Amino acid sequence: MAALEVKIHDLILKNPVMTASGTYGYGLEFDDFYDVNRLGGILTKACTSKNRDGNAMPRMAETPSGMLNSVGLQNKGVDYFVEHIYPQIKKYNTHIIVNVSDSTIDGYKEVAEKLMPLEKITGIELNISCPNVKEGGMAFGTSCDTAAAVTKAVRGVYNKTIIVKLSPNVTDIVSIAKAVEAEGADALSVINTLMGMAINAETRRPVLAMVTGGLSGPAVKPVALRMVWQVSKAVDIPVIGLGGISNATDAIEFLLAGATAIQIGTANFVDPMVCIKVLEGINEYCDRHGVKDINELIGGLRY
Amino acid sequence: MAKFIHDFKVVENLPVNKDYFVLYLECPIQLPPILPGQFVQVQVHSSPTTYLRRPISIYDVDRDKNQLLLLIKKVGNGTKALSSLKVGEYLNLVYPLGNSFSIPHSGRVLLIGGGVGIAPMLYLAKYLKTKNVEAHVLIGGKSTHDIIECDKYKPYCEVYITTDDGSLGEKGLVTQHSLFGEQIKFYDRVYVCGPNPMMIAVSKLVEKYNIPCEVSLENMMACGIGACLCCVAPTHEGNKTTCVEGPVFNSKDLKW
Ligand SMILES: Cc1cc2nc3c(=O)[nH]c(=O)nc-3n(C[C@H](O)[C@H](O)[C@H](O)COP(=O)(O)OP(=O)(O)OC[C@H]3O[C@@H](n4cnc5c(N)ncnc54)[C@H](O)[C@@H]3O)c2cc1C
Ligand SMILES: Cc1cc2nc3c(=O)[nH]c(=O)nc-3n(C[C@H](O)[C@H](O)[C@H](O)COP(=O)(O)O)c2cc1C
Ligand code: FES
Repeated sequence: MAALEVKIHDLILKNPVMTASGTYGYGLEFDDFYDVNRLGGILTKACTSKNRDGNAMPRMAETPSGMLNSVGLQNKGVDYFVEHIYPQIKKYNTHIIVNVSDSTIDGYKEVAEKLMPLEKITGIELNISCPNVKEGGMAFGTSCDTAAAVTKAVRGVYNKTIIVKLSPNVTDIVSIAKAVEAEGADALSVINTLMGMAINAETRRPVLAMVTGGLSGPAVKPVALRMVWQVSKAVDIPVIGLGGISNATDAIEFLLAGATAIQIGTANFVDPMVCIKVLEGINEYCDRHGVKDINELIGGLRY
Repeated sequence: MAKFIHDFKVVENLPVNKDYFVLYLECPIQLPPILPGQFVQVQVHSSPTTYLRRPISIYDVDRDKNQLLLLIKKVGNGTKALSSLKVGEYLNLVYPLGNSFSIPHSGRVLLIGGGVGIAPMLYLAKYLKTKNVEAHVLIGGKSTHDIIECDKYKPYCEVYITTDDGSLGEKGLVTQHSLFGEQIKFYDRVYVCGPNPMMIAVSKLVEKYNIPCEVSLENMMACGIGACLCCVAPTHEGNKTTCVEGPVFNSKDLKW
């Protein structure tokens, strides 16, 4: 058995396996299947300053080896989270990181400030793929200036671990990574969903009510892997890799590309046991390769 | 209710006709309690076009043989792959999922199923029988071909049939059946599963008589366990998940 502990800024994870925001509810949905505490951490679904109903239906479409979603950050807002959800999830004995999103910088700050006092919330993950209403609906994460501005504003009010989750829908992800690192991000999650679209040829209509949606699942893995590799070489803070991870081999590939930890998203829908299988598979890989400490693998790509 | 994930053994795969088939699946543990209206998430053997699980209603529960039965209509790659499963192969299910039809303690109820929407009604009819509730079932389809295994209901309830082309039972849509004349008033509750336009038409008719109407929705699903919010239905109390807070809803709660 290899040592599996990894470090994301101040957070010591018992192993590098975490869940991806929006695909794992608040963890409670998986309690029937296994002991959620075995994971390195859980990322909750997005939390915004106000209640959001999310987008119109249909919100999902299956696509080759993946899916599109346009859930639209449906959640009951930060006050509801603090009052009703936190009391249910504070039982967990692993890192609970809240995914934070909003349409304004003040909204991000408000959520971060309200989460700050919650003892078991050991960090937040800023989802900067949300459209910025002030800047005309362009996602915060698609320009260096807005991405940096959100990070800086939240850094000012939040002194636990801040992870910034990068959007892949940009021409140069490395410059955005550097911009948020410079404003105090403690770690990066790479990647969020890739913007895509599906059409029903029979009806000649878009499949999703919103027309476009975010692509996830195995279909995005090669893109995610490339971005993790590029970003982790360019920054000094830890990178958490995600995008299409479905088994332990995928997870190892992300570690080799430079990720310190990984998140599993869409694969939880296909196999609710996948996180545990990945964890056990990582162990098995380490034994087979004589790896004593998982940290030996991080960025260990051979050329 | 606790959810489980297990590999079920295919004990039988019976074609009903060229479009419909019934899978008999043996559970590796003693089947947990299952309520009428609940469904399973079936993992189709992976191909690029069948990445996600497929939600399928629980058609029947055979406690003696420890089996779950699924009635499936072939519509796309996933259901076609399931139709070619061989006896002895295994199928991974997440089960039992969703809420259930509400079960009264007495009275008379009407079950309505359109096409493959009939799937959850058999187990419901059986369950109601054990509670001494008098049940009638109205089955609708385009033609004889879509009226599936109606004999199976006979031990539990009276069976009425409509077909669009009149090839079996009364001709027309379910809402045109003669039950919707004077007789409808004598039901205490109506349960419907089928295409949305049919469920809307039935619930509008039934609501006029102030009879509670429960509908089972078939929204597109990804996780099936309340984790992704892909499947929500708009209700007067906001969006609700079809997979956990549904699939059964009171028709009056929905914003159709
Ligand atoms: C709660 C619930 C219970 C269901 N019970 C049954 C049942 O007992 N028997 C049965 O045959 N079918 C049932 N369905 C529908 C079944 O899930 C779909 O027919 C199936 O997923 C289609 O998969 P496919 O790969 O064959 O078709 P695909 O190629 O994926 O799709 C073909 C067409 O099927 C429809 N469809 C696809 N996915 C879904 C979905 N998740 N929900 C509804 N429609 C879909 C779409 O209209 C699509 O255009 C149920 C659906 C739900 C949500
Ligand atoms: C249904 C669904 C909902 C999601 N919701 C969020 C969200 O609220 N916040 C966020 O940062 N990412 C969200 N994501 C993106 C995932 O966290 C993840 O970045 C992406 O799906 C890629 O990983 P995967 O291929 O393993 O799913 C969502 C993804 C899906 C499929
Ligand atoms: S299908 Fe995921 S919440 Fe219902």
